[in-house]
Amino acid sequence: MPANRFNNFTHYGIGIGLRVPHYQHILSRKPTVDWFEIISENFMVDAGRPLQVLDQILEQYRVVQHGVAMYLGSTDGLNREHMKKLKRLVKRTNTPWLSDHLCWGSVDGRYTHDLLPLPYTFAAAAHVAQRIREVRDYLEVPILVENVSSYAEFHASEMSEWEFLSEVVEKADAGILLDVNNIYVSSQNHNFNPYDYLNNIPHHRVGQMHIAGHSKFEKYILDTHDHPVLDPVWKMYAHATKLTGATATLLEWDDRIPSFDEVHREALKAGKFCKDLLHEPVTA
Amino acid sequence: MSPSPRKHSEGVKKLRAIQRQFATGIMRPLTADHQMQPKWVDGKSARKAVAAFIKPNDRLSSFDRLEIYNKQYWFRLIDCLYEDFPGLRTVMGERRFYDLSVAYLTKYPSNTYALRDLGNRLEKFLAREPQWMEPHPKLARDLLRLEWAHVVAFDGEALPPLEIDALLDGGDPARLRLGFQPYITFLACDYPVDNFIISVRRREEPQGEASNAVAERAPRKTQKKLKLPKPEKIYLAVHRSENSVWYKRLEPEAYLICTGLQKGLPLQTACERAFRRRKADADFGVTLQNWFAQWASFGWFCRAE
Repeated sequence: MPANRFNNFTHYGIGIGLRVPHYQHILSRKPTVDWFEIISENFMVDAGRPLQVLDQILEQYRVVQHGVAMYLGSTDGLNREHMKKLKRLVKRTNTPWLSDHLCWGSVDGRYTHDLLPLPYTFAAAAHVAQRIREVRDYLEVPILVENVSSYAEFHASEMSEWEFLSEVVEKADAGILLDVNNIYVSSQNHNFNPYDYLNNIPHHRVGQMHIAGHSKFEKYILDTHDHPVLDPVWKMYAHATKLTGATATLLEWDDRIPSFDEVHREALKAGKFCKDLLHEPVTA
Repeated sequence: MSPSPRKHSEGVKKLRAIQRQFATGIMRPLTADHQMQPKWVDGKSARKAVAAFIKPNDRLSSFDRLEIYNKQYWFRLIDCLYEDFPGLRTVMGERRFYDLSVAYLTKYPSNTYALRDLGNRLEKFLAREPQWMEPHPKLARDLLRLEWAHVVAFDGEALPPLEIDALLDGGDPARLRLGFQPYITFLACDYPVDNFIISVRRREEPQGEASNAVAERAPRKTQKKLKLPKPEKIYLAVHRSENSVWYKRLEPEAYLICTGLQKGLPLQTACERAFRRRKADADFGVTLQNWFAQWASFGWFCRAE
């Protein structure tokens, strides 16, 4: 049974990010993995090895697309070339949903290649929601938006981040890719209670979760994806799972990438958390 | 309730103004010790300018918070150029390549969502500011072209290839035009940069890849210098075979034919250019046939546009 109407893929279980250092291992050993998440932009190419690898993966595994450059919060028009290539890839992978970030990254045709935070205003929420609808209509696939980790807040903000996320997805009738680690990172950087965030979003819209490691510095935390998941994030993940029901989850590990087996072991912990905790009452 | 169209449009304008301020801050070059510049674009205090739109917290000022993004912008993009142009970086040295990257991205900020295309205007930039390539201008130019050709060959578009029989069957060589796959680049080089690049790439370690993660790191440490190659005229086809990138050396006449065909010359005219150089070679006709058979077997040919 799906946990909610945006989560028709409960059975997807635990996924792993498809990364170059693991290609050989995956293609030769064919490990058992529920699904792979790909960074869409890495495969939005015309030909060559990336697509060859992708096709080989598609023969064996389910693939879900995750984007890093749609910039749903940018005020420039949607990049038509980007959309065309994305649609071509959606057809190739048959991804059951497509996710990208609740952020902006380009202005006046200049691209920063970063996931930059938005001011949490009603106008920004309406703008992003409109773009999500446009993207969904064009791509013809359900869209999930992911909360980003952030290091800055704006004077212009009119609400909390979780209120902003809720406003956007309600207006766009979109799903949420809930990045639990990003919530933790932002909560430490902006002094809010991460459980307020988890408790106050529309849980029925959570279609996927991300978990990852981060790095602590003296005055802030960076979302580095170069460590195993830390305890506070596991606790939040368990809490989120109780609120949303079993949800397709992905472990992100993008820098200082260890062996495939190590990443896989870490990812499987998420499955154990789901099994162990789903029957306990919601606390915190 | 949805806001009125006028209110919505004003809201988006305000959002755009904030994004412009933010982008202005993070796309400005860092100082020599990798900090955010203390002065804003108008020459006034950056602390004051940033405080006008970003909140401080109990640990970081508004300036400190924007500086995190400013550093990430430069480290991320320079990392990308470092990976795409390891040969040029080796010849220039780490510090000078870093400075070149900053100058290039300041003049030509990325205009595409694809990080793969970040270096697509570097040749144009260096043609306008050749002083960056000193003291090895020809070697640096050769490396730059070869490394960009590598990017193109890696994942560039492939069209349906033409077989050798289909190429010549019934066609009048005086009129027949052949196209090359868009992923192939032909290069005339003053240095044997193919071997040099292979040595450079062998000692490079694979890095992380595009994601929403950030990296808190300064530019990489200096590596031991490789011996630079001595001048030697070579001709290369940078192509793809079975999804791997190859550097194939060509004889000068073969290069002439390929570039002639690529420019749209008819087959006969392109071959005549080569014949003029090899008048004394009685077997050149056979050589020519072998070349075409080999190029066709690589799938290089496609219909001319």
